[in-house]
Amino acid sequence: MKKKTTGRSQSSKSRAPAKRQAGTKNRKSDHAADVEWELRLYVAGNTPSSIAAFSNLKQICETHMGGRYRIEIIDLLRSPQLAGGDQIIAIPTLVRRLPIPIKKIIGDLSNTERVLIGLDLKPARK
Amino acid sequence: MSTTTQQKRPPRNSRSSQEFVAKTPTGTAGLDEITKGGIPTGRNTLVCGGAGSAKTLFAMKYLLCGALQYNEPGLCVTFEENPEELAQNLASLGYDIAALVKKKMLLIDHVEIARHEFEETGEYDLSGLFVRMEHAIRSIGAKRVALDTIEVLFSGLPNEAIVRSELRRLFRWLKSQGVTTMITAETGRGTLTRHGLEEYVADCVILLDHRVTEQLSTRRLRVVKYRGSAHGTNEFPFLLDESGLSVVPITSVGLAHQARTERVSSGVEGLDLMTGGKGFFCNSSILISGTAGTGKSSFAAHFASAGCRRGERCLYFAFEESPSQIQRNMQSVGLNLEPWIRKGLLRILSSRPTSTGLEGHLARIHRDVEEFKPSIVVVDPITNLISAGDSTAVKSMLTRLIDYLKMENITALFTNLTVKGMVEETSIGISSLMDTWIVLREMEVFLRDVSGDAPERQRAIHILKSRGMSHSRKMEPFEITDDGIHMLKLRSSSDGRNAKAGTARVRRWAR
Repeated sequence: MKKKTTGRSQSSKSRAPAKRQAGTKNRKSDHAADVEWELRLYVAGNTPSSIAAFSNLKQICETHMGGRYRIEIIDLLRSPQLAGGDQIIAIPTLVRRLPIPIKKIIGDLSNTERVLIGLDLKPARK
Repeated sequence: MSTTTQQKRPPRNSRSSQEFVAKTPTGTAGLDEITKGGIPTGRNTLVCGGAGSAKTLFAMKYLLCGALQYNEPGLCVTFEENPEELAQNLASLGYDIAALVKKKMLLIDHVEIARHEFEETGEYDLSGLFVRMEHAIRSIGAKRVALDTIEVLFSGLPNEAIVRSELRRLFRWLKSQGVTTMITAETGRGTLTRHGLEEYVADCVILLDHRVTEQLSTRRLRVVKYRGSAHGTNEFPFLLDESGLSVVPITSVGLAHQARTERVSSGVEGLDLMTGGKGFFCNSSILISGTAGTGKSSFAAHFASAGCRRGERCLYFAFEESPSQIQRNMQSVGLNLEPWIRKGLLRILSSRPTSTGLEGHLARIHRDVEEFKPSIVVVDPITNLISAGDSTAVKSMLTRLIDYLKMENITALFTNLTVKGMVEETSIGISSLMDTWIVLREMEVFLRDVSGDAPERQRAIHILKSRGMSHSRKMEPFEITDDGIHMLKLRSSSDGRNAKAGTARVRRWAR
């Protein structure tokens, strides 16, 4: 799994959840003005679909969110206890924590248009 | 839950020469008997049924049984109800879920799937669910897992093909985890489950059914398949009430019971005389049929009371009267049942025949008999049960009940209300099941020697058959007075003073 994330993102893979949350908070206050998007990507190990999801997400974020986003990657193989909180069943799942409401997008994010709809960056077509 | 002999199961994982599949008891009384030990250990069992067929309770009972009786922690992955709701529902059955969760004997993981939250974009799998379950199983060392109701995945996730292949993988994975899993699913139209889960979970399939016939509902259970093991294949009625779930394994017990030679008094002196002075055989079945008002219940109560006087326990199922009404009415014929009730020898259980279906009643009778362990059972009247089911069902159920009572060494007396003119045709043809058949009749008698009296009805008793004993073939007139039942001819002359208009009738019948 790639450890690096882009924008004002952080990797939480190796951190304990409590620590990670504290970190998030600090970051948030630091960049309250410019962080508009808070995203979490749940993966389970280094699977092709997880890698694909991450690179697709990175691209979408760069294109559509400028620098105002943060991606957190949670590897459930390392911290399985985190799966319950966001009700994760499918892998990979992208959770939009902010702005509210919480949105979930499952799959490798290969369909950019659907991702944009899911993130409310584009209105759903009737 | 009744504690009965049937719950003394063989130890877990015991392998006899016939049974090679290790079994895990489910804790549902009766089911373990049908499946000869429980569901297959280390495999997946599918429990399917329609809405309200008690699937969830069934699965929870399975986990609770493991946690409370076998020291096996259980994981419940619930897709529908949340843990609080589940705990509340089970609290009504007397289970303290919170305490078990605290002791790490039970873990309830609520998986919430709301389709509208999802946007699907390309490839995915359900590893998240696997990870969660694995984590949960590890955290309490679960031996038992229940998935309730996993089919929610089909409605929750957009891609059915992925769900299918992932479920297949999940069930295989569960087997590899060394847990015994119970999976619940909704019944579909024409298929066992709506989404064909039975294709993947093929080791053991149990079907729960909640049928309503003529506005009466009956719960039934059937073991559809069980790989590598013999099992009862019939549909078995099961009960769901304040004491939980119990299945009535009245399989065709067959005709293997030991015939007894001891006799028991009928409680009516004259009737004993008609059967050679000894009364009925122990563990035989006796039917008393007659039209309305011929005194069937009085005979039944006398029989019960005589049993109690001998110190035997008697269970009286009443379908027409309440316990206190029976007591009051029997008081009027000189029978005081109250001391027997107080001593715990007599128990009267009243219910309306329409309160449940036929199987429900018989299942209840079965359970109550196991609990009370009587040596005499009275069902008064059986006719009302007949109204609760169709005739083939009635007959097969009665056969099972009678066989069961005989196996348990219980003398059973049934009363049967017949329509005038059809006295000798019991409406369901159950007479062949009965060892002794007594008919009570009532006929109009003109008492010419009592001046000015209107015609009266005279009751008469007649033993139509009584297997294995010599008995009177005569029709004996009898009277029910305030001190009991008296055969007018068979009674000694000294106690005749209570009979009303006795002599005229005696003379008439003597002719």
